[in-house]
Amino acid sequence: MQVQALPITINKNDTAKNVIQIKGLHKKFGEHEVLKGINLTIKKGENVVVLGKSGTGKSVLIKCIIGLETIDEGEIMVLDQNISSISGKELNKVRIKMGFLFQSAALYDSMTVRQNLDFPLQRSSKHLSAKEREDMIIEELHDVGLSDAIDKMPSELSGGMRKRIGLARTLILKPEIMLYDEPTTGLDTITSKEISELILAVQQKNKTSSIIITHDMACAKLTADRIVILKDGVVVAEGTYEALENSQDEWVRSFFN
Amino acid sequence: MKSAIQELSLPDKETRAIRMPDYLKEAFTNVGQITQFAFRFFKELFLPRYEFKAFTEQCYKIGYKSLPLVAITGFIMGLVLTLQARPTLAEFGAESWLPGMVALSLIREIAPVVTALICAGKIGSGIGAELGSMKVTEQIDAMEVSAINPFKYLVVTRILATTLMIPLLVLFADGVGLFGAFVGVNIHNHVTLIRFFHQAISKIDFIDIIPATIKSVFFGFFIGLIGCYNGYTAENGTESVGKAANTAVVMASLTIFIIDMLAVQIIDLL
Repeated sequence: MQVQALPITINKNDTAKNVIQIKGLHKKFGEHEVLKGINLTIKKGENVVVLGKSGTGKSVLIKCIIGLETIDEGEIMVLDQNISSISGKELNKVRIKMGFLFQSAALYDSMTVRQNLDFPLQRSSKHLSAKEREDMIIEELHDVGLSDAIDKMPSELSGGMRKRIGLARTLILKPEIMLYDEPTTGLDTITSKEISELILAVQQKNKTSSIIITHDMACAKLTADRIVILKDGVVVAEGTYEALENSQDEWVRSFFN
Repeated sequence: MKSAIQELSLPDKETRAIRMPDYLKEAFTNVGQITQFAFRFFKELFLPRYEFKAFTEQCYKIGYKSLPLVAITGFIMGLVLTLQARPTLAEFGAESWLPGMVALSLIREIAPVVTALICAGKIGSGIGAELGSMKVTEQIDAMEVSAINPFKYLVVTRILATTLMIPLLVLFADGVGLFGAFVGVNIHNHVTLIRFFHQAISKIDFIDIIPATIKSVFFGFFIGLIGCYNGYTAENGTESVGKAANTAVVMASLTIFIIDMLAVQIIDLL
């Protein structure tokens, strides 16, 4: 199948509503070009699921958006800031408005759940008192259904619990944009569904915009307002779950079977 | 026939060029990258925000938690050195020189080097494994996306703590080593603690302590730097955690001997 990047389609009237706008993004690792001209826009309050086979650059894409990977070519606008050209200090200001849920949850092993949530909060919100921070931690843990785990160490938590705590740690900073890197990978069907419902609840409660990288079609069906499919580093299909499920393209349809 | 002659003739300019072996290339690359890492440390050291809490936690972990190990090795160093040196000195009727000789050997050379090697094993490998594991499990990335500077929080605090704590551990090892020497002397003779320390300290000048302490500062700096470098730059995969810890110990131990050799030459010139 000849892979071609979809043309960028931006309605000028809707520009103000775009929270993320990616134009012609290229990223290479050595000689291997992972992203070959990605064009993508995410609107305020929209949940976008990115699908694609392993190694197509899905995780690299969201790491470029949050500035964990530098880009070789193109432009990434996040909340009207070109993150590929701003200083480290300005980048940190944008990062505070974004949340990132890692595939492994990436909880700090040497800290309790309370400290895991308090650590970023203390640094980003210096005006908050210890009591206010404690209240926020309790509220956030309540939202993810893990109030009892507040004094536990990450090693005492199951995979699903770690994901929830990772999500709580991210949400405590009240991000406008959420990036999820395979949030349901390695979890059983029931826990995967619970995490997917939590993602949806977060979006509805906080009105966040989200990019969700996943292979889990149940998660995609539940959470996606729009699905983007990557192949060999380019966007090859884009649309709603239903539209892509009934696509004329057999390869696109194969994701939904 | 012609082709055989051609084969025997001198190779062209390109093939005559001496190729640097890969291991040498890798060694130079490592030195370059560690130097860059050290420059970044000095740059970040003076920029706010200052991580005092994390620094004191590291001082506690690196300094206080290493005291039992350093005490045991220091005591054994002093005791063994005394027991080994006593027969030779006794042959020349110079047993009274034993406290002074042991004190000089301990303070100038043995305590700094042995303590540094023990710390390279305990602290260097610990830092390498801890940071390597954090890197592999994306904890360092998690800090970065939360707008926390992981280099400052994890690396600067650890290098500063090793630089400060290892000279203090060396001074502690000096003291415990001298006590070990006192026990060693008392196995064959009876000498009071005050008399032993009087004899030992009378042979030590200020110039004996200062270079050894300065040397220990460098040992501490490089143990921290090499441990942090190997952990912080670990590649993805659990195997790299073990590799980071192992490389940290090997590189730090080798660096300790190189610094010691240079220090001896410099002190001789002074």
